[in-house]
Amino acid sequence: MKKNSIIAALSSQGVLLALALLILFGWLRYDNFLGLFNISTVLRYNSMFALVALGMCFVIMTGGIDLSVGSTAALGSVVSALFSTQGMVVGTLVGVGAGLIVGILNGFLIVRLKILPFIATLATMLAANGTALLLAHDETVSVSYDGTFVNLGQGDFYNIPIPALIAVLAYAIGSVVLNFTSTGRSVLAIGGNEDASRMMGLPVNRVKFMVYVLSGGLSGLAGVILASQFGAGQPIEGVGWELFAIASVVVGGTLLTGGVGSVGATLAGVLLLGLIFNVLNFENGLGWISLSAYWQSVIRGLFLLFVVILQSRLTLRQKQA
Amino acid sequence: MSDVATDTHKLAKSFDATQFLTKYSTVLALLALVIFNLIFTKHFISVQTLNVNLTQVATIVIVGVGMTLVIATGGIDLSVGSMMAISGAIAPLIFLGTAVHISEIHLSVAVAMIVAVTTAGAFGWFNGWLITHFRIQPIIATLVLFIAGRGIAQVSTNGNLQPFKLGEFQWIGLGRWLGVPVQVVIMIALVAIAAWVLRRSLFGRQILAIGGNEQAARLSGIPVARVKRWVYCISGLCSGIAGLVVIAINSSSDANLVGLGMELDAIAAVAVGGTLLSGGRATVTGTLVGALIIQLVRYTLLSNGVPDDVAKLVKAALIVLAVWLQRQSRA
Repeated sequence: MKKNSIIAALSSQGVLLALALLILFGWLRYDNFLGLFNISTVLRYNSMFALVALGMCFVIMTGGIDLSVGSTAALGSVVSALFSTQGMVVGTLVGVGAGLIVGILNGFLIVRLKILPFIATLATMLAANGTALLLAHDETVSVSYDGTFVNLGQGDFYNIPIPALIAVLAYAIGSVVLNFTSTGRSVLAIGGNEDASRMMGLPVNRVKFMVYVLSGGLSGLAGVILASQFGAGQPIEGVGWELFAIASVVVGGTLLTGGVGSVGATLAGVLLLGLIFNVLNFENGLGWISLSAYWQSVIRGLFLLFVVILQSRLTLRQKQA
Repeated sequence: MSDVATDTHKLAKSFDATQFLTKYSTVLALLALVIFNLIFTKHFISVQTLNVNLTQVATIVIVGVGMTLVIATGGIDLSVGSMMAISGAIAPLIFLGTAVHISEIHLSVAVAMIVAVTTAGAFGWFNGWLITHFRIQPIIATLVLFIAGRGIAQVSTNGNLQPFKLGEFQWIGLGRWLGVPVQVVIMIALVAIAAWVLRRSLFGRQILAIGGNEQAARLSGIPVARVKRWVYCISGLCSGIAGLVVIAINSSSDANLVGLGMELDAIAAVAVGGTLLSGGRATVTGTLVGALIIQLVRYTLLSNGVPDDVAKLVKAALIVLAVWLQRQSRA
């Protein structure tokens, strides 16, 4: 355990360092990189991924995986768009509620029926996608601009985008829960060794159930923000979100085997992967080179490769020492 | 993990009641579906229906063969769809003469196919190398190519659609051999070879031994790293072939779309087919049957007027049911 936490510390420092370097690079190289407009655009857009990645982080720390987050977000966006005439509160509640239902289903399949998380959430991914398309009649659902609903995604609070505030708040709560509550410690213990945790009398099933419900709820919330930000519930959005979230979590130094993890580093991982795209846009804007948007996935992939190789080197060295 | 180990052990004795039952139940489900359709679906019994359904599953099964072997070692390959896109992007670059110009068309097509499939195989080998050399978990190692691979395909074609009309190439997706679509012939051949390899060959036994208990396999002298690298390489090769079939059917190659979501379809087919997802027990014919069941359920629903969205829900339920039933039969 102690060795693992050293690795996690190193990796999480690494991601913070890389993030700082990338920001420094952007600040020195481009005008307006740290301008209010760019910062708020990046934060507003990536807050959705941040919320999804937070849930994923908790799931992965227990040694599980949640592939359904993308379709769950799409489902949340459709449901909240359908209820958007009722205002921000109702729209948010139904969207999050839809996500919670998927999460409960995941928890049930994994904890009760003992189906592998990978395959259980693969099935609910399909189911959420089908339900979203059914509810939306295979089209995007326009959001009502009359009420307060669009403020959630498009509004600002003292120049800070509201979605970003929500994400920061969620991460703060997540960090406190993980580090200072018995549930949080159980999450890590279960990921470290599930059988041992069970023998020690930890409520393994309850905690595992809870992380999937949490992940579902946060994905639903991300969907609400999606609908409110872009003015439409989008049943086919969210494809590949799960893998982006997993990549962010891994880049943040959380081990996929569970037992080790950091909420803050996950946020840094999300920002890092998001900023790569941003920097690419600025670079194209300079006109020196012209990298198509397709390069971003190549660069993200290479970055992920770099991080996992680094992690594995560190792990192997720790084992040999 | 102990139950997995005993599964391998039982398999080694080549016959086992539970395994027989599991296998029997998937085939039975397929039979039930066929009978249902014979009674309720109009025009079900026709060569056209058979060909439509077989053509639909062919690419999934071709990829599923590689995926079955990967899963048998206890791994997973998320990059299959991206490798299909890479293979699908490279082949037209060659036979259309964009990248290299070869005037003799048959030679050009042959080179295109070989280079495309080999490249996909090389990427698969790269997956295996990451997994064995750096001890990176398969799901993460193949996630790298899942993300980067489609980008590589898009970058190499600049994201452009590559349309073509070339009989010399498109026989792989549109041709017939003794009335049977060529991709179905390829599918059956691959299933037969892989089934034989898994059952009878040393390589197959080594794959199952690794999936059953990797530590024990290593201690008993099995070259674990080499076997794994080969398995991921095979998965890449299968994906490469499937990529060619898809672009041949579409008469165009679109790097944004070729193989999109294929990893999930293939994994679903493997899971429904009765291969143990934690490794150590695998059936390639099961994967074929699993893919057929999923396809036939969808066909049955669609041809009886059920919307596609509902069909997705049913597919989800089917996957859960199949995996849950397999758990029960093992308990």
